[in-house]
Amino acid sequence: MSGEQRHPNLVALLTIVRREVMRILRIWGQTLVPPAITMTLYFLIFGSLIGRRIGDMGGYDYMDFIVPGLVMMSIIQNSYGNISSSFFGAKFGRHIEEMLVSPMPNWVILGGYVTGAVLRGLLVGVIVLCIAMLFTHVRIPHPLVTIATVLLGATIFSLAGFVNAVYAKKFDDVAIVPTFILTPLTYLGGVFYSVRMLPDWAQTLTHANPVFYMVNAFRYGLLGTSDIPVGIAFGLMVGFVVVLGTLGLWLLKRGVGLRS
Amino acid sequence: MSNVPALEIHELRKIYATGVEALKGVSLSVQPGDFFALLGPNGAGKSTLIGIVSSLVNASSGSVKVFGVDIDANREAAMRLLGLVPQEVNFNFFEKPFDILCNYAGFYGIPRAEAKLRAEQELRRAQLWDKAHTMARTLSGGMKRRLMIARAMMTRPRLLILDEPTAGVDIEIRRGMWRVLKEVNAAGTTVILTTHYLEEAESLCRNLAIIDGGRIIENGPMKTLLAKLDVEGFLLDIDGGLPAELPHIEGVTLRAEDSHTLDLEMPRAMDLNGVFAGLDAAGIRVRSMRTKTNRLEELFVRLTGGKEVAA
Repeated sequence: MSGEQRHPNLVALLTIVRREVMRILRIWGQTLVPPAITMTLYFLIFGSLIGRRIGDMGGYDYMDFIVPGLVMMSIIQNSYGNISSSFFGAKFGRHIEEMLVSPMPNWVILGGYVTGAVLRGLLVGVIVLCIAMLFTHVRIPHPLVTIATVLLGATIFSLAGFVNAVYAKKFDDVAIVPTFILTPLTYLGGVFYSVRMLPDWAQTLTHANPVFYMVNAFRYGLLGTSDIPVGIAFGLMVGFVVVLGTLGLWLLKRGVGLRS
Repeated sequence: MSNVPALEIHELRKIYATGVEALKGVSLSVQPGDFFALLGPNGAGKSTLIGIVSSLVNASSGSVKVFGVDIDANREAAMRLLGLVPQEVNFNFFEKPFDILCNYAGFYGIPRAEAKLRAEQELRRAQLWDKAHTMARTLSGGMKRRLMIARAMMTRPRLLILDEPTAGVDIEIRRGMWRVLKEVNAAGTTVILTTHYLEEAESLCRNLAIIDGGRIIENGPMKTLLAKLDVEGFLLDIDGGLPAELPHIEGVTLRAEDSHTLDLEMPRAMDLNGVFAGLDAAGIRVRSMRTKTNRLEELFVRLTGGKEVAA
Protein backbone atom coordinates (compact mmCIF):
# COMPACT_ATOMS: atom_id res chain seq x y z
CA MET A 1 0.00 0.00 0.00
CA SER A 2 1.40 3.38 -0.95
CA GLY A 3 1.70 6.30 1.45
CA GLU A 4 -1.07 8.12 -0.43
CA GLN A 5 -3.51 5.24 0.03
CA ARG A 6 -2.78 5.13 3.74
CA HIS A 7 -3.34 8.88 4.03
CA PRO A 8 -6.42 9.98 2.07
CA ASN A 9 -6.25 13.39 3.74
CA LEU A 10 -2.74 13.87 2.39
CA VAL A 11 -3.98 13.01 -1.11
CA ALA A 12 -6.82 15.51 -0.70
CA LEU A 13 -4.47 18.21 0.58
CA LEU A 14 -2.05 17.69 -2.31
CA THR A 15 -4.96 17.74 -4.75
CA ILE A 16 -6.02 21.20 -3.60
CA VAL A 17 -2.42 22.44 -3.62
CA ARG A 18 -1.88 21.05 -7.12
CA ARG A 19 -5.07 22.69 -8.35
CA GLU A 20 -4.06 26.02 -6.82
CA VAL A 21 -0.56 25.87 -8.31
CA MET A 22 -1.97 24.96 -11.73
CA ARG A 23 -4.30 27.93 -11.47
CA ILE A 24 -1.41 30.26 -10.58
CA LEU A 25 0.61 29.01 -13.54
CA ARG A 26 -2.37 28.95 -15.93
CA ILE A 27 -3.10 32.63 -15.34
CA TRP A 28 0.53 33.69 -14.88
CA GLY A 29 -0.22 36.96 -16.65
CA GLN A 30 -2.45 37.90 -13.72
CA THR A 31 -0.59 36.19 -10.88
CA LEU A 32 3.13 36.53 -11.54
CA VAL A 33 3.75 39.30 -14.05
CA PRO A 34 1.94 42.27 -12.40
CA PRO A 35 3.92 42.14 -9.12
CA ALA A 36 7.15 41.89 -11.12
CA ILE A 37 6.27 45.02 -13.13
CA THR A 38 5.01 46.97 -10.10
CA MET A 39 8.07 46.17 -8.00
CA THR A 40 10.45 46.99 -10.85
CA LEU A 41 8.84 50.43 -10.98
CA TYR A 42 9.12 50.80 -7.19
CA PHE A 43 12.81 49.92 -7.30
CA LEU A 44 13.38 52.22 -10.26
CA ILE A 45 11.47 55.26 -9.01
CA PHE A 46 11.65 55.09 -5.21
CA GLY A 47 14.89 53.18 -4.87
CA SER A 48 17.01 54.41 -7.71
CA LEU A 49 15.73 57.88 -8.70
CA ILE A 50 14.24 59.34 -5.49
CA GLY A 51 16.31 57.14 -3.20
CA ARG A 52 19.56 58.80 -4.30
CA ARG A 53 18.28 62.14 -2.99
CA ILE A 54 17.03 60.61 0.29
CA GLY A 55 20.41 59.20 1.23
CA ASP A 56 20.68 56.79 4.17
CA MET A 57 17.74 55.27 6.04
CA GLY A 58 18.40 53.49 9.32
CA GLY A 59 22.10 53.40 8.47
CA TYR A 60 21.58 51.78 5.05
CA ASP A 61 21.43 52.98 1.50
CA TYR A 62 17.75 53.74 0.79
CA MET A 63 17.55 51.13 -1.96
CA ASP A 64 18.90 48.47 0.42
CA PHE A 65 16.45 49.64 3.09
CA ILE A 66 13.33 49.31 0.96
CA VAL A 67 14.17 45.95 -0.64
CA PRO A 68 13.01 43.82 2.34
CA GLY A 69 9.82 45.86 2.69
CA LEU A 70 8.95 45.63 -0.99
CA VAL A 71 9.63 41.89 -1.12
CA MET A 72 7.46 41.38 1.97
CA MET A 73 4.77 43.64 0.54
CA SER A 74 4.64 41.49 -2.62
CA ILE A 75 4.42 38.30 -0.60
CA ILE A 76 1.63 39.65 1.62
CA GLN A 77 -0.45 41.08 -1.21
CA ASN A 78 -0.13 38.02 -3.42
CA SER A 79 -0.82 35.48 -0.68
CA TYR A 80 -3.89 37.44 0.32
CA GLY A 81 -5.04 38.01 -3.24
CA ASN A 82 -4.56 34.39 -4.25
CA ILE A 83 -6.72 32.83 -1.59
CA SER A 84 -9.39 35.51 -1.53
CA SER A 85 -9.94 35.38 -5.30
CA SER A 86 -9.56 31.61 -5.62
CA PHE A 87 -11.78 30.65 -2.69
CA PHE A 88 -14.39 33.28 -3.48
CA GLY A 89 -14.28 32.20 -7.15
CA ALA A 90 -14.97 28.63 -6.01
CA LYS A 91 -17.89 29.88 -3.94
CA PHE A 92 -19.22 32.05 -6.75
CA GLY A 93 -18.87 29.25 -9.34
CA ARG A 94 -20.26 26.79 -6.79
CA HIS A 95 -17.41 24.32 -7.34
CA ILE A 96 -16.61 24.72 -3.65
CA GLU A 97 -19.47 22.21 -3.30
CA GLU A 98 -17.16 19.54 -4.74
CA MET A 99 -15.14 19.88 -1.55
CA LEU A 100 -18.00 20.45 0.85
CA VAL A 101 -19.71 17.16 -0.12
CA SER A 102 -16.44 15.24 0.04
CA PRO A 103 -15.17 13.47 3.17
CA MET A 104 -12.32 15.97 3.49
CA PRO A 105 -12.00 17.41 6.99
CA ASN A 106 -12.09 21.19 7.27
CA TRP A 107 -8.40 21.46 8.14
CA VAL A 108 -7.52 19.89 4.80
CA ILE A 109 -9.60 22.44 2.87
CA LEU A 110 -8.07 25.33 4.82
CA GLY A 111 -4.58 23.84 4.69
CA GLY A 112 -4.77 23.22 0.94
CA TYR A 113 -5.87 26.74 0.08
CA VAL A 114 -3.37 28.33 2.50
CA THR A 115 -0.52 26.24 1.13
CA GLY A 116 -1.44 27.27 -2.43
CA ALA A 117 -1.53 30.93 -1.42
CA VAL A 118 1.77 30.70 0.48
CA LEU A 119 3.37 29.10 -2.58
CA ARG A 120 2.25 31.99 -4.75
CA GLY A 121 3.62 34.41 -2.15
CA LEU A 122 6.95 32.56 -2.20
CA LEU A 123 7.05 32.46 -5.98
CA VAL A 124 6.37 36.18 -6.25
CA GLY A 125 8.83 36.88 -3.42
CA VAL A 126 11.60 35.04 -5.27
CA ILE A 127 10.78 36.92 -8.50
CA VAL A 128 10.85 40.30 -6.73
CA LEU A 129 14.07 39.39 -4.92
CA CYS A 130 15.67 38.51 -8.25
CA ILE A 131 14.56 41.89 -9.65
CA ALA A 132 16.02 43.60 -6.56
CA MET A 133 19.35 41.99 -7.38
CA LEU A 134 19.40 44.01 -10.62
CA PHE A 135 19.39 47.21 -8.56
CA THR A 136 21.47 46.34 -5.50
CA HIS A 137 23.61 43.66 -3.92
CA VAL A 138 21.24 41.48 -1.89
CA ARG A 139 22.75 39.52 1.00
CA ILE A 140 20.91 37.23 3.36
CA PRO A 141 22.84 37.22 6.65
CA HIS A 142 20.05 35.47 8.57
CA PRO A 143 18.51 32.96 6.15
CA LEU A 144 16.45 31.09 8.75
CA VAL A 145 14.88 34.32 10.02
CA THR A 146 14.21 35.32 6.42
CA ILE A 147 12.53 32.04 5.49
CA ALA A 148 10.55 31.83 8.74
CA THR A 149 9.31 35.42 8.29
CA VAL A 150 8.26 34.77 4.71
CA LEU A 151 6.37 31.61 5.67
CA LEU A 152 4.67 33.18 8.69
CA GLY A 153 3.82 36.42 6.87
CA ALA A 154 2.41 34.60 3.86
CA THR A 155 0.43 32.26 6.14
CA ILE A 156 -1.04 35.13 8.16
CA PHE A 157 -2.27 36.95 5.09
CA SER A 158 -3.44 33.78 3.40
CA LEU A 159 -5.59 33.07 6.43
CA ALA A 160 -6.83 36.68 6.46
CA GLY A 161 -7.68 36.37 2.75
CA PHE A 162 -9.54 33.16 3.47
CA VAL A 163 -11.68 34.85 6.13
CA ASN A 164 -12.38 37.68 3.68
CA ALA A 165 -13.45 35.18 0.99
CA VAL A 166 -15.71 33.29 3.40
CA TYR A 167 -17.64 36.44 4.29
CA ALA A 168 -17.59 37.91 0.76
CA LYS A 169 -20.89 37.84 -1.07
CA LYS A 170 -19.78 39.63 -4.23
CA PHE A 171 -16.51 40.39 -5.99
CA ASP A 172 -16.52 43.92 -4.57
CA ASP A 173 -16.25 42.46 -1.07
CA VAL A 174 -13.01 40.76 -2.07
CA ALA A 175 -11.59 43.95 -3.60
CA ILE A 176 -12.53 46.32 -0.75
CA VAL A 177 -10.29 44.82 1.94
CA PRO A 178 -7.02 44.99 -0.06
CA THR A 179 -7.80 48.55 -1.16
CA PHE A 180 -8.95 50.03 2.12
CA ILE A 181 -7.18 47.89 4.71
CA LEU A 182 -4.29 45.87 3.29
CA THR A 183 -2.65 48.64 1.22
CA PRO A 184 -2.73 51.26 4.03
CA LEU A 185 -1.40 48.69 6.54
CA THR A 186 1.42 47.80 4.16
CA TYR A 187 2.40 51.38 3.34
CA LEU A 188 2.22 52.40 7.02
CA GLY A 189 4.07 49.27 8.14
CA GLY A 190 7.54 50.70 7.61
CA VAL A 191 8.18 49.53 4.06
CA PHE A 192 9.52 52.90 2.90
CA TYR A 193 10.70 54.45 6.17
CA SER A 194 12.05 53.64 9.59
CA VAL A 195 9.42 53.89 12.30
CA ARG A 196 11.92 55.92 14.34
CA MET A 197 11.28 58.83 11.95
CA LEU A 198 7.69 59.08 13.17
CA PRO A 199 6.39 61.12 16.12
CA ASP A 200 5.83 59.14 19.33
CA TRP A 201 2.08 58.73 18.89
CA ALA A 202 2.52 57.44 15.34
CA GLN A 203 5.22 55.01 16.49
CA THR A 204 2.84 53.68 19.16
CA LEU A 205 0.07 53.34 16.59
CA THR A 206 2.37 51.52 14.19
CA HIS A 207 2.90 48.80 16.80
CA ALA A 208 -0.75 47.77 16.26
CA ASN A 209 0.00 47.05 12.59
CA PRO A 210 0.85 43.38 11.93
CA VAL A 211 2.68 44.27 8.71
CA PHE A 212 5.16 46.31 10.74
CA TYR A 213 6.41 43.16 12.54
CA MET A 214 6.73 41.19 9.33
CA VAL A 215 8.61 43.91 7.48
CA ASN A 216 11.00 44.40 10.38
CA ALA A 217 11.61 40.70 10.92
CA PHE A 218 12.27 40.32 7.20
CA ARG A 219 14.54 43.38 7.20
CA TYR A 220 16.46 41.77 10.03
CA GLY A 221 16.85 38.66 7.92
CA LEU A 222 18.23 40.60 4.94
CA LEU A 223 20.02 43.52 6.58
CA GLY A 224 20.53 42.48 10.19
CA THR A 225 18.63 45.53 11.49
CA SER A 226 15.10 45.98 12.84
CA ASP A 227 13.02 48.65 14.58
CA ILE A 228 11.82 46.05 17.09
CA PRO A 229 13.21 42.90 18.76
CA VAL A 230 12.84 40.00 16.33
CA GLY A 231 11.63 37.68 19.10
CA ILE A 232 8.61 39.89 19.73
CA ALA A 233 7.89 40.00 15.99
CA PHE A 234 7.93 36.20 15.77
CA GLY A 235 5.81 35.79 18.90
CA LEU A 236 3.16 38.09 17.46
CA MET A 237 3.27 36.48 14.03
CA VAL A 238 2.75 33.02 15.52
CA GLY A 239 -0.10 34.48 17.56
CA PHE A 240 -1.74 35.87 14.41
CA VAL A 241 -1.43 32.47 12.71
CA VAL A 242 -3.07 30.71 15.65
CA VAL A 243 -5.92 33.21 15.95
CA LEU A 244 -6.67 33.44 12.23
CA GLY A 245 -6.25 29.69 11.71
CA THR A 246 -8.70 28.97 14.53
CA LEU A 247 -11.12 31.51 13.07
CA GLY A 248 -10.84 29.91 9.61
CA LEU A 249 -11.56 26.43 10.98
CA TRP A 250 -14.46 27.73 13.04
CA LEU A 251 -15.98 29.42 9.98
CA LEU A 252 -15.71 26.17 8.01
CA LYS A 253 -17.20 24.14 10.86
CA ARG A 254 -20.14 26.53 11.14
CA GLY A 255 -20.40 26.68 7.36
CA VAL A 256 -20.56 30.48 7.42
CA GLY A 257 -21.18 31.71 3.89
CA LEU A 258 -20.93 28.12 2.63
CA ARG A 259 -23.69 26.00 4.11
CA SER A 260 -27.21 27.29 4.65
CA MET B 1 -27.33 -7.63 0.36
CA SER B 2 -27.42 -5.96 3.79
CA ASN B 3 -30.75 -4.98 5.30
CA VAL B 4 -29.37 -1.67 6.56
CA PRO B 5 -31.22 1.06 4.62
CA ALA B 6 -29.15 2.92 2.05
CA LEU B 7 -30.73 6.11 3.37
CA GLU B 8 -32.64 6.50 6.58
CA ILE B 9 -34.07 9.89 7.46
CA HIS B 10 -35.84 10.42 10.76
CA GLU B 11 -37.95 13.45 11.72
CA LEU B 12 -35.83 15.84 9.68
CA ARG B 13 -36.63 19.51 10.14
CA LYS B 14 -35.12 22.59 8.61
CA ILE B 15 -35.98 26.14 9.51
CA TYR B 16 -33.95 28.71 7.54
CA ALA B 17 -32.72 31.95 9.10
CA THR B 18 -35.51 33.70 7.20
CA GLY B 19 -38.02 31.71 9.27
CA VAL B 20 -39.10 29.52 6.37
CA GLU B 21 -39.75 25.97 7.54
CA ALA B 22 -38.63 23.93 4.54
CA LEU B 23 -38.89 20.50 6.16
CA LYS B 24 -41.49 19.69 8.80
CA GLY B 25 -40.39 16.36 10.20
CA VAL B 26 -39.56 14.23 7.18
CA SER B 27 -38.97 10.50 7.71
CA LEU B 28 -37.94 8.30 4.83
CA SER B 29 -36.19 5.02 4.22
CA VAL B 30 -34.61 3.88 0.96
CA GLN B 31 -33.52 0.27 0.68
CA PRO B 32 -30.15 -0.81 -0.73
CA GLY B 33 -30.18 -1.40 -4.47
CA ASP B 34 -33.38 0.58 -4.96
CA PHE B 35 -34.06 3.03 -7.79
CA PHE B 36 -36.05 5.62 -5.89
CA ALA B 37 -37.89 8.72 -7.10
CA LEU B 38 -38.29 11.79 -4.91
CA LEU B 39 -40.92 14.04 -6.40
CA GLY B 40 -42.60 17.24 -5.42
CA PRO B 41 -43.66 20.66 -6.68
CA ASN B 42 -41.41 23.72 -6.56
CA GLY B 43 -40.58 24.71 -3.00
CA ALA B 44 -41.69 21.35 -1.60
CA GLY B 45 -38.39 20.80 0.22
CA LYS B 46 -36.61 18.35 -2.09
CA SER B 47 -33.48 20.42 -2.61
CA THR B 48 -33.27 21.13 1.11
CA LEU B 49 -33.60 17.42 1.82
CA ILE B 50 -30.86 16.54 -0.67
CA GLY B 51 -28.74 19.41 0.64
CA ILE B 52 -28.91 18.06 4.20
CA VAL B 53 -28.13 14.48 3.12
CA SER B 54 -25.09 15.69 1.16
CA SER B 55 -24.04 18.01 4.03
CA LEU B 56 -24.48 21.23 2.05
CA VAL B 57 -27.32 22.34 4.31
CA ASN B 58 -27.35 22.13 8.11
CA ALA B 59 -30.43 20.42 9.56
CA SER B 60 -32.34 22.10 12.39
CA SER B 61 -33.14 18.71 13.93
CA GLY B 62 -33.57 15.06 13.04
CA SER B 63 -31.13 12.46 11.82
CA VAL B 64 -29.78 11.14 8.51
CA LYS B 65 -27.97 7.84 8.13
CA VAL B 66 -26.29 6.61 4.96
CA PHE B 67 -25.94 2.82 5.13
CA GLY B 68 -26.26 3.11 8.89
CA VAL B 69 -23.62 5.85 9.23
CA ASP B 70 -24.93 9.00 10.90
CA ILE B 71 -23.89 12.08 8.89
CA ASP B 72 -23.53 14.18 12.05
CA ALA B 73 -21.63 11.65 14.12
CA ASN B 74 -19.36 10.46 11.30
CA ARG B 75 -19.66 12.82 8.36
CA GLU B 76 -16.44 11.69 6.69
CA ALA B 77 -17.45 8.01 6.59
CA ALA B 78 -20.98 8.86 5.44
CA MET B 79 -19.77 11.11 2.62
CA ARG B 80 -17.48 8.36 1.29
CA LEU B 81 -20.62 6.31 0.60
CA LEU B 82 -22.46 9.08 -1.19
CA GLY B 83 -22.33 10.55 -4.69
CA LEU B 84 -24.22 13.69 -5.64
CA VAL B 85 -25.25 15.03 -9.03
CA PRO B 86 -26.63 18.48 -8.24
CA GLN B 87 -29.29 20.39 -10.09
CA GLU B 88 -26.98 23.31 -10.95
CA VAL B 89 -23.71 22.82 -12.79
CA ASN B 90 -21.03 23.14 -10.11
CA PHE B 91 -17.65 22.36 -11.63
CA ASN B 92 -14.95 24.82 -12.56
CA PHE B 93 -15.61 25.98 -16.12
CA PHE B 94 -11.93 26.84 -16.53
CA GLU B 95 -10.75 23.30 -15.95
CA LYS B 96 -10.74 20.33 -18.30
CA PRO B 97 -13.12 17.39 -17.73
CA PHE B 98 -10.21 15.00 -17.13
CA ASP B 99 -8.76 17.29 -14.44
CA ILE B 100 -12.20 17.91 -12.91
CA LEU B 101 -12.68 14.17 -12.44
CA CYS B 102 -9.14 13.52 -11.16
CA ASN B 103 -9.36 16.41 -8.68
CA TYR B 104 -12.75 15.25 -7.45
CA ALA B 105 -11.35 11.78 -6.81
CA GLY B 106 -8.40 13.39 -5.04
CA PHE B 107 -10.78 15.13 -2.62
CA TYR B 108 -11.93 11.64 -1.62
CA GLY B 109 -8.35 10.49 -1.07
CA ILE B 110 -8.08 8.43 -4.26
CA PRO B 111 -4.46 8.48 -5.45
CA ARG B 112 -3.73 10.29 -8.72
CA ALA B 113 -2.72 7.19 -10.68
CA GLU B 114 -5.96 5.40 -9.80
CA ALA B 115 -7.96 8.58 -10.42
CA LYS B 116 -6.59 8.87 -13.96
CA LEU B 117 -7.66 5.31 -14.79
CA ARG B 118 -11.14 5.90 -13.40
CA ALA B 119 -11.44 9.26 -15.18
CA GLU B 120 -10.84 7.61 -18.54
CA GLN B 121 -13.39 4.86 -17.74
CA GLU B 122 -16.07 7.32 -16.64
CA LEU B 123 -15.49 9.77 -19.47
CA ARG B 124 -15.73 6.94 -21.98
CA ARG B 125 -18.95 5.68 -20.38
CA ALA B 126 -20.36 9.22 -20.51
CA GLN B 127 -19.25 9.47 -24.16
CA LEU B 128 -17.08 12.44 -23.26
CA TRP B 129 -13.61 10.99 -23.80
CA ASP B 130 -13.09 13.11 -26.91
CA LYS B 131 -13.75 16.18 -24.75
CA ALA B 132 -11.47 15.08 -21.90
CA HIS B 133 -8.88 17.77 -22.50
CA THR B 134 -11.02 20.68 -23.68
CA MET B 135 -12.17 23.50 -21.41
CA ALA B 136 -15.34 22.53 -19.53
CA ARG B 137 -17.01 25.82 -20.40
CA THR B 138 -17.13 24.79 -24.06
CA LEU B 139 -19.27 21.70 -23.34
CA SER B 140 -22.94 21.69 -24.31
CA GLY B 141 -25.67 21.55 -21.63
CA GLY B 142 -26.13 17.80 -22.06
CA MET B 143 -22.39 17.18 -21.90
CA LYS B 144 -22.14 19.17 -18.68
CA ARG B 145 -24.85 17.03 -17.10
CA ARG B 146 -23.15 13.82 -18.22
CA LEU B 147 -19.88 15.13 -16.85
CA MET B 148 -21.49 15.62 -13.44
CA ILE B 149 -22.72 12.01 -13.45
CA ALA B 150 -19.24 10.82 -14.47
CA ARG B 151 -17.76 12.92 -11.67
CA ALA B 152 -20.09 11.45 -9.06
CA MET B 153 -19.21 7.92 -10.22
CA MET B 154 -15.47 8.53 -9.77
CA THR B 155 -15.71 7.56 -6.10
CA ARG B 156 -17.82 4.43 -6.76
CA PRO B 157 -20.58 5.61 -4.39
CA ARG B 158 -22.96 3.09 -2.83
CA LEU B 159 -25.70 5.72 -2.85
CA LEU B 160 -26.08 8.05 -5.83
CA ILE B 161 -28.41 11.05 -5.55
CA LEU B 162 -29.33 12.86 -8.75
CA ASP B 163 -31.19 16.15 -8.61
CA GLU B 164 -32.85 16.65 -12.00
CA PRO B 165 -30.03 15.08 -14.00
CA THR B 166 -31.84 15.25 -17.33
CA ALA B 167 -33.29 18.76 -17.09
CA GLY B 168 -33.02 20.61 -20.36
CA VAL B 169 -31.37 17.83 -22.37
CA ASP B 170 -32.82 16.40 -25.56
CA ILE B 171 -34.53 13.02 -25.62
CA GLU B 172 -31.63 11.18 -27.27
CA ILE B 173 -29.14 12.27 -24.63
CA ARG B 174 -31.73 11.68 -21.91
CA ARG B 175 -32.15 8.09 -23.05
CA GLY B 176 -28.39 7.66 -23.03
CA MET B 177 -28.33 8.92 -19.47
CA TRP B 178 -31.14 6.54 -18.49
CA ARG B 179 -29.08 3.68 -19.88
CA VAL B 180 -26.07 4.71 -17.78
CA LEU B 181 -28.21 5.09 -14.65
CA LYS B 182 -29.79 1.67 -15.20
CA GLU B 183 -26.31 0.17 -15.55
CA VAL B 184 -25.15 1.89 -12.38
CA ASN B 185 -28.20 0.65 -10.48
CA ALA B 186 -27.87 -2.87 -11.90
CA ALA B 187 -24.28 -2.93 -10.65
CA GLY B 188 -25.60 -2.47 -7.09
CA THR B 189 -25.61 1.28 -6.54
CA THR B 190 -28.72 2.64 -4.86
CA VAL B 191 -30.08 5.54 -6.90
CA ILE B 192 -32.31 8.37 -5.71
CA LEU B 193 -33.65 10.57 -8.48
CA THR B 194 -35.57 13.79 -8.58
CA THR B 195 -36.99 14.78 -11.90
CA HIS B 196 -39.77 16.83 -13.40
CA TYR B 197 -40.14 14.31 -16.23
CA LEU B 198 -42.58 12.01 -14.50
CA GLU B 199 -42.46 9.46 -17.27
CA GLU B 200 -38.75 9.23 -16.51
CA ALA B 201 -39.47 8.43 -12.85
CA GLU B 202 -42.18 5.94 -13.85
CA SER B 203 -39.94 4.08 -16.26
CA LEU B 204 -36.81 4.05 -14.11
CA CYS B 205 -37.87 3.93 -10.47
CA ARG B 206 -39.31 1.10 -8.40
CA ASN B 207 -40.27 3.15 -5.35
CA LEU B 208 -41.15 6.76 -4.83
CA ALA B 209 -41.93 9.42 -2.29
CA ILE B 210 -43.85 12.60 -2.97
CA ILE B 211 -42.99 15.57 -0.81
CA ASP B 212 -45.14 18.66 -0.54
CA GLY B 213 -45.02 21.56 1.87
CA GLY B 214 -42.08 20.03 3.71
CA ARG B 215 -43.87 16.76 4.41
CA ILE B 216 -43.88 13.34 2.75
CA ILE B 217 -47.44 12.91 1.50
CA GLU B 218 -46.98 9.58 -0.27
CA ASN B 219 -44.34 6.91 -0.09
CA GLY B 220 -44.22 3.38 -1.42
CA PRO B 221 -43.74 1.10 -4.42
CA MET B 222 -44.47 2.73 -7.77
CA LYS B 223 -46.90 -0.04 -8.77
CA THR B 224 -48.87 0.19 -5.52
CA LEU B 225 -49.19 3.94 -5.78
CA LEU B 226 -50.20 3.90 -9.42
CA ALA B 227 -52.79 1.24 -8.63
CA LYS B 228 -54.45 3.79 -6.34
CA LEU B 229 -55.45 5.74 -9.40
CA ASP B 230 -59.10 4.95 -9.97
CA VAL B 231 -59.44 7.00 -13.15
CA GLU B 232 -57.78 6.74 -16.52
CA GLY B 233 -57.74 9.36 -19.26
CA PHE B 234 -57.62 8.99 -23.04
CA LEU B 235 -57.69 11.25 -26.06
CA LEU B 236 -59.76 9.90 -28.97
CA ASP B 237 -59.28 11.03 -32.58
CA ILE B 238 -62.69 11.12 -34.21
CA ASP B 239 -63.52 10.46 -37.88
CA GLY B 240 -65.81 13.06 -39.45
CA GLY B 241 -66.02 15.36 -36.47
CA LEU B 242 -67.99 15.42 -33.22
CA PRO B 243 -71.74 16.03 -32.89
CA ALA B 244 -72.93 19.26 -31.28
CA GLU B 245 -74.13 17.35 -28.23
CA LEU B 246 -71.99 14.62 -26.71
CA PRO B 247 -73.69 11.39 -25.55
CA HIS B 248 -74.13 10.52 -21.89
CA ILE B 249 -72.34 7.31 -20.92
CA GLU B 250 -72.72 6.20 -17.31
CA GLY B 251 -69.53 6.80 -15.26
CA VAL B 252 -67.66 8.41 -18.16
CA THR B 253 -66.75 12.06 -18.53
CA LEU B 254 -66.56 13.30 -22.11
CA ARG B 255 -65.30 16.68 -23.25
CA ALA B 256 -64.59 17.98 -26.74
CA GLU B 257 -60.93 19.00 -26.99
CA ASP B 258 -61.62 20.32 -30.51
CA SER B 259 -63.97 19.32 -33.34
CA HIS B 260 -62.05 16.07 -34.00
CA THR B 261 -60.65 15.19 -30.56
CA LEU B 262 -62.53 13.81 -27.59
CA ASP B 263 -61.18 13.91 -24.04
CA LEU B 264 -62.37 10.84 -22.12
CA GLU B 265 -62.07 10.01 -18.41
CA MET B 266 -63.35 6.70 -17.07
CA PRO B 267 -62.99 4.46 -14.01
CA ARG B 268 -60.06 2.03 -14.28
CA ALA B 269 -62.38 -0.89 -13.59
CA MET B 270 -64.72 0.01 -16.46
CA ASP B 271 -64.77 -1.94 -19.71
CA LEU B 272 -63.67 0.05 -22.77
CA ASN B 273 -66.03 -1.95 -24.99
CA GLY B 274 -69.02 -0.39 -23.25
CA VAL B 275 -67.62 3.08 -23.86
CA PHE B 276 -67.05 2.39 -27.54
CA ALA B 277 -70.55 0.96 -27.86
CA GLY B 278 -71.99 4.15 -26.38
CA LEU B 279 -69.94 6.32 -28.74
CA ASP B 280 -70.89 4.16 -31.72
CA ALA B 281 -74.56 4.51 -30.83
CA ALA B 282 -74.15 8.30 -30.91
CA GLY B 283 -72.60 8.13 -34.37
CA ILE B 284 -69.10 8.89 -33.14
CA ARG B 285 -66.46 6.83 -34.97
CA VAL B 286 -63.11 6.53 -33.20
CA ARG B 287 -60.14 6.42 -35.57
CA SER B 288 -57.39 6.16 -32.95
CA MET B 289 -56.78 6.72 -29.25
CA ARG B 290 -53.87 7.58 -26.96
CA THR B 291 -53.28 7.86 -23.23
CA LYS B 292 -54.09 11.41 -22.19
CA THR B 293 -51.47 11.84 -19.48
CA ASN B 294 -48.71 9.98 -17.86
CA ARG B 295 -50.17 7.95 -14.98
CA LEU B 296 -47.62 9.16 -12.47
CA GLU B 297 -48.32 12.73 -13.47
CA GLU B 298 -51.99 12.15 -12.79
CA LEU B 299 -51.22 10.73 -9.35
CA PHE B 300 -48.90 13.62 -8.65
CA VAL B 301 -51.45 16.23 -9.64
CA ARG B 302 -54.14 14.61 -7.52
CA LEU B 303 -51.89 14.40 -4.45
CA THR B 304 -50.42 17.88 -4.68
CA GLY B 305 -53.61 19.62 -5.69
CA GLY B 306 -52.44 20.45 -9.20
CA LYS B 307 -49.25 22.30 -8.31
CA GLU B 308 -46.60 22.63 -10.98
CA VAL B 309 -44.60 19.47 -11.36
CA ALA B 310 -40.96 20.17 -10.73
CA ALA B 311 -38.07 18.68 -8.91
